[in-house]
Amino acid sequence: MQVKIVSKNFDIPLSHTLDVARANGRYQTLETLFSKSPDAIISEVEKSGLRGKGGGGALTGEKWRLIPSPSDKPTYLVVNADESEPGTFKDRQILEFDPHLLIEGIICSSYAIGAHHAYIYMRGEYVFWAKRVQEAIDEAYEAGILGTHVLGHDYALHVTLHRGGGAYICGEKTALLESLEGKRGHPRLKPKGKEPEWFFGCPTVVNNVETISSVPFIVREGFEAYRAYGTPESPGTMLFGISGHVEKPGVYELPYGTPMTKVIDELCGGILNGGKLKAVIPGGSSVHILRADEIENITLDYESVKAHGSSLGTGGMIVMDESVSIPHVMKNLFEFYHHESCGQCTPCREGTGWVDAILGKILDGKGTKKDLETILDVCDMLNGKTICVFAPSVAFIAQSYLKKFKEEFEALLK
Amino acid sequence: MSAFALSPENAAKFQALLERYPEKSSLMLPSLWMVQYQEGWISPEAMQFLAKKLECSAMDVYSVASFYTMFNLKPVGKVHIQLCKTLSCMLRGSGAMQAHIENRLGIKPGQTTNDGKFTFSLVECLGSCGTAPCMSYNDDYVENLTIETLDTLIDKELSCK
Ligand SMILES: Cc1cc2nc3c(=O)[nH]c(=O)nc-3n(C[C@H](O)[C@H](O)[C@H](O)COP(=O)(O)O)c2cc1C
Ligand code: SF4
Ligand code: FES
Repeated sequence: MQVKIVSKNFDIPLSHTLDVARANGRYQTLETLFSKSPDAIISEVEKSGLRGKGGGGALTGEKWRLIPSPSDKPTYLVVNADESEPGTFKDRQILEFDPHLLIEGIICSSYAIGAHHAYIYMRGEYVFWAKRVQEAIDEAYEAGILGTHVLGHDYALHVTLHRGGGAYICGEKTALLESLEGKRGHPRLKPKGKEPEWFFGCPTVVNNVETISSVPFIVREGFEAYRAYGTPESPGTMLFGISGHVEKPGVYELPYGTPMTKVIDELCGGILNGGKLKAVIPGGSSVHILRADEIENITLDYESVKAHGSSLGTGGMIVMDESVSIPHVMKNLFEFYHHESCGQCTPCREGTGWVDAILGKILDGKGTKKDLETILDVCDMLNGKTICVFAPSVAFIAQSYLKKFKEEFEALLK
Repeated sequence: MSAFALSPENAAKFQALLERYPEKSSLMLPSLWMVQYQEGWISPEAMQFLAKKLECSAMDVYSVASFYTMFNLKPVGKVHIQLCKTLSCMLRGSGAMQAHIENRLGIKPGQTTNDGKFTFSLVECLGSCGTAPCMSYNDDYVENLTIETLDTLIDKELSCK
């Protein structure tokens, strides 16, 4: 079931050190890379159908094409290592076990978009992982893999690791860039048409750690080799993280299209202590919850999960057994969203708090039918005009909890 | 007037970082980290110092520092225990861990013990959901947390003079 493209070296002892990484294939892509033009590299990635692994699933090649070429300003690559979506813990496996794969991916991607400086924005809590990656960057500089001439080629690249300060919203790409510029992590207004991101007014690409780490394989083996895995619309593989009530939680690299029940029952050893499955949140906490009866025919690709009423998101699956109270789950998540709203938009800042408070009242046994209606009204408000998609996605998930587990909420009313 | 200054080592680091960003303002978070590692927290004096260094107002520094949860705007205990309370950890027993920490330390989330040894906080998802429950113990993650591990860590710290 598992396919190891990105996770190939994870189990090798000392895989994070340069010598071991090199002995196991790292940086061998660079000869192929520099024998081709940046444009040819972008084409290869376009044809591979590589989709962003940070939650949105956007086509990576399409995004790279938005960078003007030639550009009269410097261009930048920013790697999103903020990994804060509840249920998501996959990027840290790459940071821990194969930081040189990430650096190799950064070299390929930066070359393609004409960037000479890349930043890795890592969540502040990842202290151990920041050290790991910084050590790998230092080793790479020392070996001439980074710097003024990447492995002796006429191409300069610098990589700088930047630590966040603890704020979920900084995973959103424009908030991340604001933060990288030294400001509060406030998402920016969306532009009307398609454009690149902007770092100090310069065209910039923001990609997730895993997306960037998937690039060397495509450059080396070609787009067809990547497309040999997965489905036509979701080609390749993804690191799926499974947590909650399963016997063997963890991160597994799987081709898109793998049946969800097979992953839970076989790879993860089934439900914890022989329990019974109640629900799954398939792609990080911000996607619709699915009841046990809804997952039977789901395969892990963007299209199938969407057709079943949720999203693949970050591939972080949270599994819950029958002992779980869904109103408690929803309360837990609304505490999170209330805490993490960046506060720029009034509906989001206040609305998340109201829902949290109402859920508290319901759990205390003091809720009424009117309160459930109020939650839905607040959701309508969250769904209005806010700067980023945080508020509308919170509204959508609230509606899904109330709709799918209505009886559980009603049973708590006075 | 400001009693704060970066250590010579950090001052050199600051200088080196200037070359790695298109604009100075990007040094905001790296500088706040330097201050916090140097002093344990970010004092108003340190913010005034950074404002000068970064050519902005002390209010700008405060506005940024207060936005991010990891910057301590008041001193914390020698050990800062930050327990994850989000969903995957809740499903795997973070509630029992919280009760045990409160019981052992005699404090609630957000408080520091009288001897200044421990500060206890609840935090949101640490990105360690597959090895839940999880907490950070100063800079280190403690994963697959149990009551026994908690006792070992707390006892060890308490036995330090
Ligand atoms: C509220 C919010 C939080 C996000 N958090 C993350 C994150 O922690 N890591 C990440 O890679 N992408 C995150 N994203 C997605 C990013 O905005 C962006 O789409 C992504 O980094 C692009 O990279 P990709 O195309 O390679 O996935 C988040 C988006 C939103 C709206
Ligand atoms: S929707 Fe919420 S998180 Fe997004 S910008 Fe507005 S207040 Fe901030
Ligand atoms: S929910 Fe606790 S680490 Fe993710």
